[in-house]
Amino acid sequence: MTEHLLEIAGMHKSFGGLKVIDDVSFNVRRGGRTALIGPNGAGKTTIFNLLTGVYPIDAGTITVDGQDITDVPPQDRVTVGMSRSFQNIRLMPHLSTVENVMLGQHARARKLGDLLFPLGMLPRNRWRQAAEEALENAGVGTYPGEIVSNLPYGVQKRIEVVRAMVSDPKLLLLDEPAAGLNKTETNQLQELLERVSDQGVTILVVEHDMQFVRDLCDYIVVLNFGRKIFEGTPDEVHKDPAVLEAYLGTDEDAAEAENAS
Amino acid sequence: MSGYIEAQLIILCLSIIYAYGIFLPAASGQLNLGAAGFITLGAYASAWFNASTGAELPMWLSIPLAMIFTGIIAFAISFPILRTRGVYMVLATFAFAEVVSGVAINLEFVGGAAGFPVDDHADVTVIVPVTIAVILFSFYFMSTRLGLSLRSIHDDESVATLFGVNVRTSKVVAFTVGAMLMSLGGSLYGHHYNYIEAQTFNVLLSIYILLYVLMGGTQTAWGPLIGATFFAVVPEALREIAESAGLKWLAEGRFILFGVFIVLLMVFRSEGVMTRTLQDRLGGGLFRRKKPIADDMAGGS
Repeated sequence: MTEHLLEIAGMHKSFGGLKVIDDVSFNVRRGGRTALIGPNGAGKTTIFNLLTGVYPIDAGTITVDGQDITDVPPQDRVTVGMSRSFQNIRLMPHLSTVENVMLGQHARARKLGDLLFPLGMLPRNRWRQAAEEALENAGVGTYPGEIVSNLPYGVQKRIEVVRAMVSDPKLLLLDEPAAGLNKTETNQLQELLERVSDQGVTILVVEHDMQFVRDLCDYIVVLNFGRKIFEGTPDEVHKDPAVLEAYLGTDEDAAEAENAS
Repeated sequence: MSGYIEAQLIILCLSIIYAYGIFLPAASGQLNLGAAGFITLGAYASAWFNASTGAELPMWLSIPLAMIFTGIIAFAISFPILRTRGVYMVLATFAFAEVVSGVAINLEFVGGAAGFPVDDHADVTVIVPVTIAVILFSFYFMSTRLGLSLRSIHDDESVATLFGVNVRTSKVVAFTVGAMLMSLGGSLYGHHYNYIEAQTFNVLLSIYILLYVLMGGTQTAWGPLIGATFFAVVPEALREIAESAGLKWLAEGRFILFGVFIVLLMVFRSEGVMTRTLQDRLGGGLFRRKKPIADDMAGGS
């Protein structure tokens, strides 16, 4: 077992003439909770999209659990042990809560027998039961048959995490999980993520809410304009002059940002 | 059963089979206007396998063989066709149907433009059970994980991919299986009326079938059943009622009324009559909430 679950080496990506990811390298420690932060447009979500194979990378390598996945097609990357949530909620609007979670199980059910198993006709089958249990454990087990678009925002956010979790990932990528949540919802989410982390799942999270990042994460990578400008512990990040300048602006801005969060 | 009712029942059954053939790909968001093409393939292939001038096989063999034949063609054309989406897929499938029609008219060994007589007869005792089997199969198909994948693809293709769904394969399967169902319907048409000509299976038929499915709703397997039943029964019933009530203007103008109704339906229920939400509301028992939303939102957990 390697010490690092995820290794990104010399990653490059350009869209047209615009370099959005410029020679980014960092590692994510197995079992750790790493945050990827940076100002808007720094390339955080792009890194997630490159990791999950939404776009191919121009140069560099991505290694998950010792396996080079640079050329693995997107639909197979989830089977390597990587799953994600999205910045804007991307649950399937016409599927029920349980069906959304059962979609998350897909990576573990790609054999022909599993594909032809009538999930909807047998209400007590093991897939459905596992999905309902996962929802229950995350505190959203209240309305399994509900169409997701009718549910409150905070609940949908947590369902996204549950959907990502049921694929049994080693690495969970969370894109702004706390965005748009109120204090209560954020605490519920944090509690959920801590439980996920305690199960041994490695977490990489993109987040703007610095309080949330400090409470949850033990390691921070900072991006700015597609380049990595810092990596270290949450305590160090506040002392780094490059980060302060690029990410928080001047001292006064930093103080303001503190108050606002 | 009176001859009239029986004739209507046959039309209803065939419409339902056709509709499910279009519904399976539509569930994953494919708009297929090629129904007439697949129906033509099924009708002609089964007729030829069955004919004394052809393979001379009994009907119960010629129909499945026709389905396999249509399936192979559908599989082959699905790869270029599924590269298109939305209105471009409508055009591509329409073009396919026109090609099939053009070929059928010019093939002398299946009668060419004069049409082709079909030997074995399939009566109502064959068609109704087959229709029920198609309905049950479609409900089963949509309840599987593959059906769930198709519905996911309909909602968000890229997210489905990231969760491991093989989008291309799922779409090809839906397209091909749908084409085979339409082939089955076409074969039954031929064996029931014992005469086929390519002109019967025209673009109007394709449009009607696509309408059945879109009006009925593509989210649940109830959609095509409701859509096809409604379209096959209502205009005819309206004529019957209007004529027996002596309302000649209504009997003749019923399609105007029907057109207005379709427009209203599209305005007020653009996702079709039968949606997931409605199904859950009607079938409350299985999907009932364990407790109300308010409990959780109070932060009780």
